[in-house]
Amino acid sequence: MMDGAGREGIVVARGLTKRFGDFEAVHGIDFSIERGESFGFLGPNGAGKTSTMRMISAVSQPTSGSLSVFGLDPRDDGPEIRARLGVVPQEDTLELELTVRLNLEMFGRYFDLPRRVLRERADELLAFSQLSERADDKVDNLSGGMKRRLTIARALINRPDLLILDEPTTGLDPQARHLLWERLYRLKREGVTLIITTHYMDEAEQLCDRLVVMDRGAIVAEGTPRQLIADHSTREVVELRFGTDAHEQFERDLARFAQRIEILPDRILLYVDDGDETLREVHASGITPASALVRRSSLEDVFLRLTGRTLVD
Amino acid sequence: MSTNESTLGWSRWRRSWWYHATYYAQTWRGSVAGTVLFPIFYLAALGVGVGHLVTAHAGLVEGHTYLHFIAPSLLATTTMQLGEGESLWPVLASVKWVRNYHAAAATPLEPKDILTGKLTWVVTRSFATGIVYTLVIAGSGALSSWWSLTLPFLGALITLAFAAPLVAYAASVESDASFTTIYRFAFVPMFLFSATFYPVSAYPSYLRPLVQLVPLYHGVALARAAAFGEGQPWALVAHVLVLTAMSVAGIFWGRRTLRRRLVD
Repeated sequence: MMDGAGREGIVVARGLTKRFGDFEAVHGIDFSIERGESFGFLGPNGAGKTSTMRMISAVSQPTSGSLSVFGLDPRDDGPEIRARLGVVPQEDTLELELTVRLNLEMFGRYFDLPRRVLRERADELLAFSQLSERADDKVDNLSGGMKRRLTIARALINRPDLLILDEPTTGLDPQARHLLWERLYRLKREGVTLIITTHYMDEAEQLCDRLVVMDRGAIVAEGTPRQLIADHSTREVVELRFGTDAHEQFERDLARFAQRIEILPDRILLYVDDGDETLREVHASGITPASALVRRSSLEDVFLRLTGRTLVD
Repeated sequence: MSTNESTLGWSRWRRSWWYHATYYAQTWRGSVAGTVLFPIFYLAALGVGVGHLVTAHAGLVEGHTYLHFIAPSLLATTTMQLGEGESLWPVLASVKWVRNYHAAAATPLEPKDILTGKLTWVVTRSFATGIVYTLVIAGSGALSSWWSLTLPFLGALITLAFAAPLVAYAASVESDASFTTIYRFAFVPMFLFSATFYPVSAYPSYLRPLVQLVPLYHGVALARAAAFGEGQPWALVAHVLVLTAMSVAGIFWGRRTLRRRLVD
């Protein structure tokens, strides 16, 4: 299937819909992912990311619309598609009682790989995931970050053309996250197409060439991280604190300085193009905040703008 | 694509069988001593010990010493228990706690391949156990017919008849709360009352048809018939049919529940 621009996408969806009874988890979304690209699905819990991911992984049938993966239809060619995929689920599904190496080799048998090939690939992947020294340890004894790396290594045992990662670094400490990102970069350089869901904006900025923001089953924005910031936020943000809860009283006075103003319980955000200039104007008008911070707009600002600050549980 | 699919489809379930077998190969050490020692203890305590009293008071049971009478039923109860033990908690763990069946479903395997691999593995294990038990039972002198050679196959059928519906059930539940109840109120009574330790003629006549409804009864009756080379052909065919029907129904049920659990 061709995408809108006439290029051939590795994953192309048109009007893709998933319904569970009366609940529509994904309604009629369109997207196209190109070979070698690293593509992100962002959104709060319940936005439809995992449902979309499961349809691409050919373990969930679309209710309507079209979906093509490697030019195949997941409705008819599930086993062929899955043979070329690597899937890293949200929670590790490792065999805790078995060794690190056996976890890799046993999983490889699901792809019908001969034993000799499995041994070679297990060695490579152990080195790749920096687990060579733990090869003969029980998985139960590994740290959270090591288990995560093993799960990713396991998903690579069939040398997939497309690696799908569902919240790859949730629950990891900063060191473990950075090591994992570095490994994912390396895969990307080797030409593996990555699909990543996350609700960490820094992760999306680090890893994704292009991303979509999903909210309540729909795609609400699409683009490169930089493009999204340009389209949905300003260049800079001024954060003002007044040491009082009564922020509403400043709203009218401050609104004229900014393209957009947001009143939070602990601070006021002014969305502007030149933060230092705005701050000078604020001071000149006689308003004196207790503290002020000028920073660049981030993907997090875009995300919160598009999906709201209300907690979704 | 279609040629590729047919070759994939033919062999896919064997990859699941291999997975279960490899897992067992890593963790079997604890169970193997039990497999050999348990039947010896059992036959010594019940066959020789209790048998001594039975012979003193009642003489032979249906023409056999008490030891010889209960020895074949041991194969039936053990293969039933093997089917139970492999099916409830391990399957719920695979779909809910460890989620290794979800991991398998993300590979070329279909839910039906995972099920077939699981059941063929349980049957393989049962067959191997059946050979050990047949040898132990033969050692007790209880086997008096060439039909005894079918005992490992009958054991495999008994295991499948229990494992298939239990796997199907375990794949459909959200918690293990019901499993203990099933053990207490289905498996234990079945073990005790399926004419395991005494002939069905020990029951009053109005209770006998009820005993004959119990699935394990058919396994016990078959094992005894094979060991002694006796029994009505039509009754034996009926026993085999009951166990086969349980297996087939369980497989179809399991295909539904496992599919519903793993894919949507």
